[in-house]
Amino acid sequence: METQAFQKVYTKITNLTKATVTLKATDVGYDEMAMVHGRMGQVVKIMGDEVILQIFAGTEGIPTNAEVVFLGRPPQLKVSDQLAGRFFNAFGDPIDGGPQVEGRIVDTGGPSVNPVRRKQPSQLIATGIAGIDLNNTLVTGQKIPFFADPDQPYNQVMANVALRAKADKIILGGMGLSNDDYLYFKNIFDNAGALDRIVSFVNTTDDPPVERLLIPDMALTAAEYFAEEKQEKVLVLLTDMTLYADALSIVSNRMDQIPSKDSMPGSLYSDLARLYEKAVQFPHGGSITIIAVTTLNGGDITHAIPDNTGYITEGQLFLRMDSDVGKVIVDPFRSLSRLKQLVIGKQTREDHPQVMNAAIRLYADAANAKTKQDNGFDLTDYDERTLKFAREYSEHILAVDINIDTEKMLDTTWKLFSENFAREEVVVREEFVAKYWKGAKQ
Amino acid sequence: MERKNKTTGKVAGIIANLVIVEVDGPVAQNEICFISHPENKLMAEVIKILGKNVYVQVFESTRGLKVGTPVEFEGHLLEVSLGPGILSRNYDGLQNDLDKMDGVFLKRGDYTDPLDREKKWDWTPIAKEGDQVVAGSWLGEVPENSVPHRIMVPFKFQGTYTIKSIVAAGQYTVDDVVAVVTDREGNDIELTMVQKWPVKMAVKAYKEKPRPFKLLQTGTRTLDTLNPITEGGTGFIPGPFGTGKTVLQHAISKFADADIVIIAACGERANEVVEIFTEFPELEDPKTGRSLIERTTIIANTSNMPVAAREASVYTAMTLGEYYRSMGLKVVLMADSTSRWAQALREMSNRLEELPGPDAFPMDLTAIITSFYARAGFVYLNNGESGSITFIGTVSPAGGNLKEPVTESTRKAARCFYGLNQGRADSKRYPAIDPIDSYSKYLEYPEVQEYLKENIGENWLDNVLKTKTLLLRGKEAQEQINILGDDGVPLEFHEKFWNSELIDAVILQQDSFDKIDANCPMPRQKYMLEKVLEITDKKFKFETFEEVNGFFKRIINQLKQINYSEWESEKFKTHEKELEEIMNERLN
Repeated sequence: METQAFQKVYTKITNLTKATVTLKATDVGYDEMAMVHGRMGQVVKIMGDEVILQIFAGTEGIPTNAEVVFLGRPPQLKVSDQLAGRFFNAFGDPIDGGPQVEGRIVDTGGPSVNPVRRKQPSQLIATGIAGIDLNNTLVTGQKIPFFADPDQPYNQVMANVALRAKADKIILGGMGLSNDDYLYFKNIFDNAGALDRIVSFVNTTDDPPVERLLIPDMALTAAEYFAEEKQEKVLVLLTDMTLYADALSIVSNRMDQIPSKDSMPGSLYSDLARLYEKAVQFPHGGSITIIAVTTLNGGDITHAIPDNTGYITEGQLFLRMDSDVGKVIVDPFRSLSRLKQLVIGKQTREDHPQVMNAAIRLYADAANAKTKQDNGFDLTDYDERTLKFAREYSEHILAVDINIDTEKMLDTTWKLFSENFAREEVVVREEFVAKYWKGAKQ
Repeated sequence: MERKNKTTGKVAGIIANLVIVEVDGPVAQNEICFISHPENKLMAEVIKILGKNVYVQVFESTRGLKVGTPVEFEGHLLEVSLGPGILSRNYDGLQNDLDKMDGVFLKRGDYTDPLDREKKWDWTPIAKEGDQVVAGSWLGEVPENSVPHRIMVPFKFQGTYTIKSIVAAGQYTVDDVVAVVTDREGNDIELTMVQKWPVKMAVKAYKEKPRPFKLLQTGTRTLDTLNPITEGGTGFIPGPFGTGKTVLQHAISKFADADIVIIAACGERANEVVEIFTEFPELEDPKTGRSLIERTTIIANTSNMPVAAREASVYTAMTLGEYYRSMGLKVVLMADSTSRWAQALREMSNRLEELPGPDAFPMDLTAIITSFYARAGFVYLNNGESGSITFIGTVSPAGGNLKEPVTESTRKAARCFYGLNQGRADSKRYPAIDPIDSYSKYLEYPEVQEYLKENIGENWLDNVLKTKTLLLRGKEAQEQINILGDDGVPLEFHEKFWNSELIDAVILQQDSFDKIDANCPMPRQKYMLEKVLEITDKKFKFETFEEVNGFFKRIINQLKQINYSEWESEKFKTHEKELEEIMNERLN
C-alpha cells in the first residue's frame, strides 16, 4: 500500500505480543493506520511517546527492527458506483482479480446519524417466508440477526431473503466465512443474475482473524454511500458476528483489559451497537437494513454475544429443526421482529396482527399438550386438536422453504383455525371472525 | 470552584475515549474541560486525578487526537441550562438540541444551545417587591405549551434574598432581566429566566420529602391494579430482551397521569426514539387533550452515540425532572435502560484499570444507583405546593439472569419491581410482568392504603390482595395438573386454574397496540376487577374438566371483547349481556 517519501520511518519496536507492537513515536493520531513490516496496523493506545499498534495479520515474524510507517489516516474506502459487483478483502482491496476501484476516499467507521434526522421505518420487506412475513415481518431500516446453531442453514436462508427482498444493493460482509460458503454466496448471486447489485467484503477462514474487525465498517461505509448519497435501498448481510466478537476479545485480551462476562470485553455492547445502529431509514427514501448471523453455542442465548446482540437489534430470528414435520422452521416463540407493528395490519390485511397472535397462542397450547403427552398423560380433545394444528402450521406456515404472499399466509391460517377449532377457542375480534372464518358455522 | 485564570494542560495519553492530560494548575473532580482538536473542541469530564496527570472521559470520538494537544479547564461541573422552552425538545445526553444540528450525521464537537434565545415569553409576576425569597422560590410564570412554567430563584443561591425589583407582566426573552434581588450583604443580583445546575448534584430546594402516598395512574392494569406505583415513587422493569420493556415504558409515558414526561433513551435503539418523535406529536394527552409531545422532553443518547455522554444522559434527565418538580408539577421520568448507563461506568472503570467488582462492574455501582434513585420523590415546596418525580427505569439483565449486579443493586433502590417473564412473553401474554414475583412496596404503606380506600373504594385493597392469592392458587393448581394429569386432580383444581387464567386474560394482559385497550383508566380497572372477582366468587356447576375449560374460554372471550370496546358503549353492553347469559347456563 501507499508509502510516501516524506514519511518518517521508525525501526525500533520495544514490545511485541501476538497481536500488538509497541514503539516510541511522535505526532501520531489515535485510530491512525500504520504499515508495520508490510502489514497493516492501527493505533489503539498512546501513552506519552509510546504508541501501541494492533497488527491485523498477527505479529509472527515481525523483528524488533521492522520498518514502521504511520499513514496519517484512519481505515478508508474508495466509494463509487464501481463497487457494485465486486469482491474485496478487509482492507478494501479487490480479491476478484479485477482492477482497483476509483472513487472518493471516505473514512470508515464514521459518525452516527442524528436521531432526529432519521425517519421511522415503514416499508415492509417481503421475503415469501411465512415464518418471517407473517409472524416476524421485516421493515427497511431494521437490524435483525439470525440466531442459529452452526449446523443450521442460516446462510442459505439469508441468501434467499436477500434475493427476494428487492433491494437496490446487497452488501455482504463475510467474517470467517469458510471458502465453501464464500463460493456458495458467489454462485447463488451469480445464478440469480444479481451480481451487479452486490458488493462483498470477505474475510475467509484462511485470513487472519483480527482482520475481521475491519469488515463490518467497510461493508457499512459502502452501504452508507449507496443509501445516503444514491438514496438506494441497501441490504447489508453480516455473517458471522460471533466470529467478529471473538476477534474483539482476542485484541482486548492482548491489551490486558479486564474481561467481563464470557471473556468478552466490557465494551462489547457499545462495539456491536456502533455497527448495528448504522441501520437507518432516511427521509429521502434511502435505507440501510442489516440482516446478521450470530451463531450460538448449543442454542445458548444467554452467552454475552447473542445476549448483547439481542438488546441492540430489533428482534431476532431463530431457526429450529421441527422433528415432527422434518423441516427447518422459524421458531415462533423465540423469534421476534420489533418493527412489525409499524406495518402489519397497515400495509398488510387488517386481520394480520390478531391472526398472528391467535395462531401463536394456539401453537403454545400445542407445546403444553406435547409436554403432557411426553409425561404420559391422557390428552383432551382440545389437546389433540392443537397438536394437529401445530403440525399443519409448522408444515404450511413456519417452514423456511415456503414462498407465498401474506394474503395467502393469512388465508391458510384461517383455514387451519376453522378446521381445528371452534370460533371462541380462537379469540379474535368478532369483526374479523365474521369476515374471514372459513367453512362450516358453529 | 471559580478561578481567576483557567487551568490548562496538554494531552499526554489516549486510550479510546479516556484521555490523560498533564496540567499546570488546580483541577476539580468532575470538572469540564475542552480539548482543542483542530476541527472542533471536544468536551470532556475529569474522572480521576493522579498528581499532574488528570484522567478525563471525552464525550466524543477521539479519532486522530494527538499527544500534545492543548486542553482548557472550565472551572465548573457538567451543567444544564434550565429555563422555559425545554418541553418538546430532543436533546442529546449533554442537553445539546439535536434539531439545531446541521446535516444528517452528528458532527464531533457540535454543541448547540438547549434554549431558544429569541422567543418572547408571556411573563406574569408571582412575587412582588420586598418579598423574602430563597432558592427555588417562584418569581413569575410563563406559559410553556399547556404547563405554567415557574421562573424561580436559582437553585445555587444560598440563604435569604429580598426582591428589589421585578418586571411587570409582558413579553420577555429568556435572557431579559426579570428580577433583581438583594443578598444579606446588600449586593444586587440580576436574575433572568435561565439558571444553570450541575447535573450530578441533587436539587434540594424544597421543604420536605414525605413518603409518597398518592396513586399514579399509568393506564396499565397490571401495574395500577396489582402493583401500583405512587406519585414520587420509584420502580424498575428488568427483563430479558424481547419481553417488552420498551413497549411498556412507551405505554406508561403515553398514558400516565402526569404533567411532564421526560424520557431518557440511554444507550438504546435509535429507531425507538424515532418512534417517539413520530408518534407523540400525533397522540393526544389524555389529560389536556393537546398533543402528547407538548408535555414530553426526550433525552436521546442512543447506543451508537458516545459512551461517556450516555452516562451523563440519565443525570441530565433527572435534573430537568427536578427543575419541573420545583414548579409544583407531576413529573414522570423514564430511563431506558439503566443497564447501559452501568455499562458506560464499567467501560470507563475498565480503561482506568480499576480493580473490578462483580461482572467487571465498578465496586461502587450500588451506591451510584441508589443515590440516583433517591433523587426521585414527592416533595412539599417551600411555598406549600407539592411536586413529584416518579422514576421508572428499565434494566437489561445479561442473559436474562436477575442475579446480576445491576438488577441486584437496583432492587435495593427501587420500591416497585416489575419483573418481565420470558415464558409470558413467549406465549405473547403482554405485558409480560410476572404477577407473582413482581411487587409494589407501596401497597404496604398505611398512607397508600388509606388513599386507595378513600379514592378508589373501601374494598379495593382487599380485592387486590384476593386477586393476588387467586393467581398464586391458580399457579399451584396448574403445577398439580401438570404433574398428575387432567384426570388425576379434583375438578376444583381446574376451577382454580381457570380462575387465574381469567384474571390473567382480562386484567393482566392488555393490548398496547389496540386503540381502546391500550389505556385503562382507574374507574374502568375497578369495574373489570370487580366483574372478574364476581365470577371467581360464583359456584358454577360442572361435570367434567372439559366443561370447565370450555366455559371459561367463552367467558374470557366476552370479557376480552369488553376490553376492546368503548367504555359503556352499545357494544360494551351487548357483551356484558352475553356474559350474563353464559354464566346463567351454569348457575342452578
